[in-house]
Amino acid sequence: MNPALKNTFLFAFVGLLLVGTGMVQGWNSALFILNMGLVSAIMALGVNLQWGFAGLFNIGVMGFVALGGLAAVLIGMPPVGEAWSAGGISILAGLALGVATVIAVVMFRKRTAGRVQTFGTIAILILGFVIYRAVFDGGVNAVESVNPASTGYLGGLNIFGPHQTADGLPLPDYFILLAWPMGGVLAAGAAWIIGKTALGLRSDYLAIATLGIAEIIIAVLKNEDWLARGVKNVNGLPRPVPYEVTLQNDPGFIARAASFGLDPVAASTIYTKLCYTVLFAIVLLVILWLSQTALKSPWGRMMRAIRDNETAAAAMGKNVTARHLQIFVLGSAICGIAGAMMTTLDGQLTPGTYQPLRFTFLVWVMVIVGGSGNNFGAVLGGILIWWLWVQVEPLGLGLMNLLSSGLEDGSALKDRMIESAAYMRLLTMGLVLLIVLRFSPRGLIPER
Amino acid sequence: MDFLNALVALANFVIVPGLAYGAQLAIGALGVTLIYGILRFSNFAHGDTMAFGTAITIIGTNALLALGITFGPLPTALLALPFGIGATILLVLFTDWLVYKFYRDQKAKPVILVIVSMGVMFVMNGIVRFVIGVRDIRFADGERFLITAREFKEMTGLREGLAIKTTQAITLVVACIAVALLFWFLNKTRTGKSMRAFSDNEDLALLSGINPDWVVKVTWMIVAALATTAGVLYGLDKSFKAFTYFQLLLPIFAAAIVGGLGNPLGAIAGGFVIAFSEVTITYAWKKVLVYLMPESLEPDGLVQLMSTDYKFAVSFAILIVVLLFKPTGLFKGQSV
Repeated sequence: MNPALKNTFLFAFVGLLLVGTGMVQGWNSALFILNMGLVSAIMALGVNLQWGFAGLFNIGVMGFVALGGLAAVLIGMPPVGEAWSAGGISILAGLALGVATVIAVVMFRKRTAGRVQTFGTIAILILGFVIYRAVFDGGVNAVESVNPASTGYLGGLNIFGPHQTADGLPLPDYFILLAWPMGGVLAAGAAWIIGKTALGLRSDYLAIATLGIAEIIIAVLKNEDWLARGVKNVNGLPRPVPYEVTLQNDPGFIARAASFGLDPVAASTIYTKLCYTVLFAIVLLVILWLSQTALKSPWGRMMRAIRDNETAAAAMGKNVTARHLQIFVLGSAICGIAGAMMTTLDGQLTPGTYQPLRFTFLVWVMVIVGGSGNNFGAVLGGILIWWLWVQVEPLGLGLMNLLSSGLEDGSALKDRMIESAAYMRLLTMGLVLLIVLRFSPRGLIPER
Repeated sequence: MDFLNALVALANFVIVPGLAYGAQLAIGALGVTLIYGILRFSNFAHGDTMAFGTAITIIGTNALLALGITFGPLPTALLALPFGIGATILLVLFTDWLVYKFYRDQKAKPVILVIVSMGVMFVMNGIVRFVIGVRDIRFADGERFLITAREFKEMTGLREGLAIKTTQAITLVVACIAVALLFWFLNKTRTGKSMRAFSDNEDLALLSGINPDWVVKVTWMIVAALATTAGVLYGLDKSFKAFTYFQLLLPIFAAAIVGGLGNPLGAIAGGFVIAFSEVTITYAWKKVLVYLMPESLEPDGLVQLMSTDYKFAVSFAILIVVLLFKPTGLFKGQSV
């Protein structure tokens, strides 16, 4: 079978899975899977850029996704004026002092040497840390005590506030769309810092370093309440699409829904989800087009040359470390964009739900199964594996019910089997990854 | 007197917990470093191997308790530990035969093996949750304290107490035994020597007639024993939760890398370096400083450098510093 036909067939198969889900479980859940599948596909494209193009082993995807989510809060939420006047200035000053300390250390180390350098560095660090904590902690305490039950943080930049109709119904707020590129920028910044230190070392070290930075980013999100309320979560992010409740009160929409034979409630949920689907599909197509162009360009060929033989590429005059840093930043930025989109879709930022198995290793399964080095493979893997991830649980439950149907109700073994269906996901993902790696290591759509 | 009080407070809150945690990390890091030295990849499934061994040990403990068997003042889990080790050895040997052997025969690149170990990690994660669930389980029984804070105060008349938990003492004793056994094995026995030879230079070792399959099998057995021991000790000291064990991967890897990947001595040193840095940086120093400083200079705050939630940041920062200034680790490790 020629590759083009096979790929069309594979994508048609994924489409069929989604249509089947729609027929069996309802279109609402099918669209839900599709929307997250599109976001997952973007994450997979980001990882594919790093691993497939350049062979960089980044297992800190979760951190970059979470930074994207943070951007959604920082852009989308209205600022909390009271908190800003209470301690905003001290927090900013504290952060500036922290940065100034680091810069001072770097400058100092450039101009001195020997014992003076060592002791001077330590002295500056200690002094800087004490001043930073003194200024910063005051600000944090002031901000976090401003109405802690509902705000207690600085809020975002959305000064245009929530939009409403005359009746007080919510209207879409397109300002939050700015959060998507912003999420990319935040993730890129973090990636630049980590890349500067860890790239150029061995691949294992980069892996551990990225794993670590992801954990640290989550720890910061969980604990710095002044930033995004920590584990208290930020709810009610504005949406760039119409709200169901507004649609249900719009006579024009009700009439159109009726002409399709749908009741307004069902029609409005599906319409809202479809709007997200369109937005996400546009972003996915743009990033896919850019990745494809990059892959075919001289730059993409250079990247693959570096991946396949670093020494030879360096001998040809390519700056391997700089190119690695570049693609590491780009790939992480794509993960950040996807993270911002996901948080927008959820409408809330919940730092407690970020788990490496779900946000780092699952994305890796998507890339490997889809076919590393192939952008279409990453997209296919993203949607397919996400579908599987969602469906394994009900399937597993069904299987366990079937297997334990011979046992009497209430027996310990039966309860145990039904309870364990929830863990089928991890097992299945591991098996899928191992089987693909063993029997089709180049993935469903291999690199050409 | 004040100085003694400060010293006791320091021992109680920093030195004793640090020693116990460091020993647990060291045994975990030994497993990682052995796999790296002999099989030449970073095993991401190590945390879940620890969790599996601990889960089986907990089941064994419950079975023993159901039979009415206890270990007197010591935790019953120590009696069940051999069962846990045995089951884990079977599991890792089976995994090696089913999964890793294929890639070893192919001479796949180390990074492929790392990705494969990610798949194994997922599967083991699932298995552990099947076996024991996701809840927090405490399974330490027997005497809780070797010496309680009150007894210590009455004994010495100091204002500060020094409490030593049984589990902390056991951790150190078991760790010493495990490390002594390991080094005796690596340095004195024929198989141990061939393992070291294999780690130093694979080709030369093969040339001198060392059976690679046997070396790999023994390595996995030792790693399974170490992983289970580390997991059970950690679980006795704190508690068992599948997800926590997965998260232990980061400090364990940090310990192995800081010490020098592939170097067993380095893994032990790295474990203590990481543990003590985590404890000292996240400890509120006020209690110690109160005794040492004159009253006028007493600190107002807790004098905690970072909140305990940032302990990962500490292992990570040390890792980065070591990597930047001494890329092969404190003790000379291997580099691929």
